[in-house]
Amino acid sequence: MKVPVLSDKLMKTSSAPKKKRRSGLDLTRKRAMMGYVFVMPFIIGLITFFLVPMIQTVIFSFNNLETVPGGYRLIPKGIENYRKAFLSDANFTRNLVDSLLYMFTNVPLILIFSFFAANLLNQKFRGRGLARAIFFLPVILTSGVMLVIDSGDMLQAAYGIAQPETQEGAFRAVELVRLLLRSRLSPTFIDYVISAVDRIYEIVSASGVQILVFLAGLQSISPSLFEASNMEGATGWENFWKITFPMVSPLILVNTVYSIIDTLTNPANALMDQIRTTAFSRNDFGLSAAMALVYFFAIMAVIGIVVWLISKVVFYYE
Amino acid sequence: MKKSILSRKSGKHGRQHRRHMLYTMGRRSWSVVRGVIIAGICFLILYPTLVKLSLSFMPDKDIFDVTVRYVPKSPTLENYKTVLSAMRFGPSFWNTLKLSTMTSLMQLISCTLIGYGFARFKFWGRGFLFALVIITMIVPPQTLMLPLYLHFQSFDILGIISAITGKGGIRLLDSYWPFILMSLTGMGLKNGLYIYIMRQFFRGMPRELEEAAYVDGAGMLRTFAQIMLPSAVPAMVTVFLFSFVWQWTDTFYSNLFLINTTVLAKTAANVSNQIAKDMVQVVGAEIYLPPAISSMYTNTASLLVILPLVVLYMFAQKRFVESIERTGIVG
Repeated sequence: MKVPVLSDKLMKTSSAPKKKRRSGLDLTRKRAMMGYVFVMPFIIGLITFFLVPMIQTVIFSFNNLETVPGGYRLIPKGIENYRKAFLSDANFTRNLVDSLLYMFTNVPLILIFSFFAANLLNQKFRGRGLARAIFFLPVILTSGVMLVIDSGDMLQAAYGIAQPETQEGAFRAVELVRLLLRSRLSPTFIDYVISAVDRIYEIVSASGVQILVFLAGLQSISPSLFEASNMEGATGWENFWKITFPMVSPLILVNTVYSIIDTLTNPANALMDQIRTTAFSRNDFGLSAAMALVYFFAIMAVIGIVVWLISKVVFYYE
Repeated sequence: MKKSILSRKSGKHGRQHRRHMLYTMGRRSWSVVRGVIIAGICFLILYPTLVKLSLSFMPDKDIFDVTVRYVPKSPTLENYKTVLSAMRFGPSFWNTLKLSTMTSLMQLISCTLIGYGFARFKFWGRGFLFALVIITMIVPPQTLMLPLYLHFQSFDILGIISAITGKGGIRLLDSYWPFILMSLTGMGLKNGLYIYIMRQFFRGMPRELEEAAYVDGAGMLRTFAQIMLPSAVPAMVTVFLFSFVWQWTDTFYSNLFLINTTVLAKTAANVSNQIAKDMVQVVGAEIYLPPAISSMYTNTASLLVILPLVVLYMFAQKRFVESIERTGIVG
């Protein structure tokens, strides 16, 4: 911004009126205009493919949609659709609560795992390139249709690949369960750890992007910080908590938000499926719109709360 | 802490040696533990795919044979033949390739422009607009599904098209137009994320580069095209690969907008139904596919969907990982 400011001053002192007449715009204005030019595709898209559809969805949710030749007709229903979603639909509330619970159990595990994995992959060892390639493979292996096919697949369940529904993995840790039960920790905590072990494939496969983000963060930490602290005699453990952790903490926020969105809007999610089938198989467009909106606001609320909580702890370097 | 350094320096040679031994032993045992952990996780990631692979070579009787676990007794390519024809693999592959290449290139262009706009220009409402970028990421696509469907069923811009043609809008469903239009305006699948990545990247680039170009008399467009774009290649590779992969396996938009056009993700999810249907024509009667068999077909189909991506990944992964490291998604 040095240049624009400088030329601004020049214009004001000496040749401002002359220049203004010639170009019509000063440099800051011109840059602002250029900004709009660059962002213009997004503004157009936002209005036509986001805001207008969003408003329509809100309108639909208060109506009943009837298809007539050459279009559709709206029959006002008030809040009937919302009432139906919450009170008379057998699955909606359960699916909503299930997705949120699922998200709350999985996201912390995903974050812990991806941070751990990024730290591992950041160290130097033989075969690191291969290990990295495999760790990011889930980005391909579990995207879109793969997730849909894998969830609830019969043969995969028979081969002990963890299924979200059955929660029976090949890696059932019987010994671990016994050990933990003897350790007199709280049963809720033990249950959580065991469920984490059972769902390890799910967690590992949902961590690809997060590992990348953490890895990029780890590599952006200046080595001089570690050199200085090593000179002072800090141990690896201290380095980790006093340097690594605070330096990547802003990324925890980014990754949390990403993981929440990713788990809540993944194509194998039961609620997402319900919203789709309600519209296209049961032809109840109004109800589907109401469900979608409720879900959207639930996600917004969750992200709002989580961001607020985390940003209180996050450390910013600058 | 200072004391320990001093004592290490002035300490006896023996103690120092022992310390050193302990250190190297610790190092070595950690590297063993690390190796085990990494190998374990790698196995965990590859295991389902390996199972799918071995299943895909099994004939029907091996699936039901209890003595067969991982290695098929009489390996066969029959499954692949059935699945390839049921998926209409040739045309589906071609359609998917066209669609993914087209959309990811367009998304790359639009997201790069938009990201640069957000990163380097100050204009009224920038913060607000960027918050909206984040919100487009949060909204489940299902929320907008219906209006978008209706929108593209009779596409119109402010009533101009219907004024020209004289009857409603044009039907854009079952063509690539919905994808093109949404990609060009940064509204495609997960485009919010790509805009975010590009913005973070451009924000991390030194301003001096641009200033030097301005001083040398380059305009803003020229500076962008000749100075910023070449340095943005790593981030662009990342965005391109992500959008290519995610478009390739996407079922949501392709189910919504494409009705008769086959793409791999759609035919793979539906492959066992299609096989049953195909068999009706051959046998002339309704055929019941046992769940295990249909599951085997679906798994084989899923392998065929990701095969091209895995090949692409093998070529690109080194650049991919490096590019992400250099992207500075971190900001």
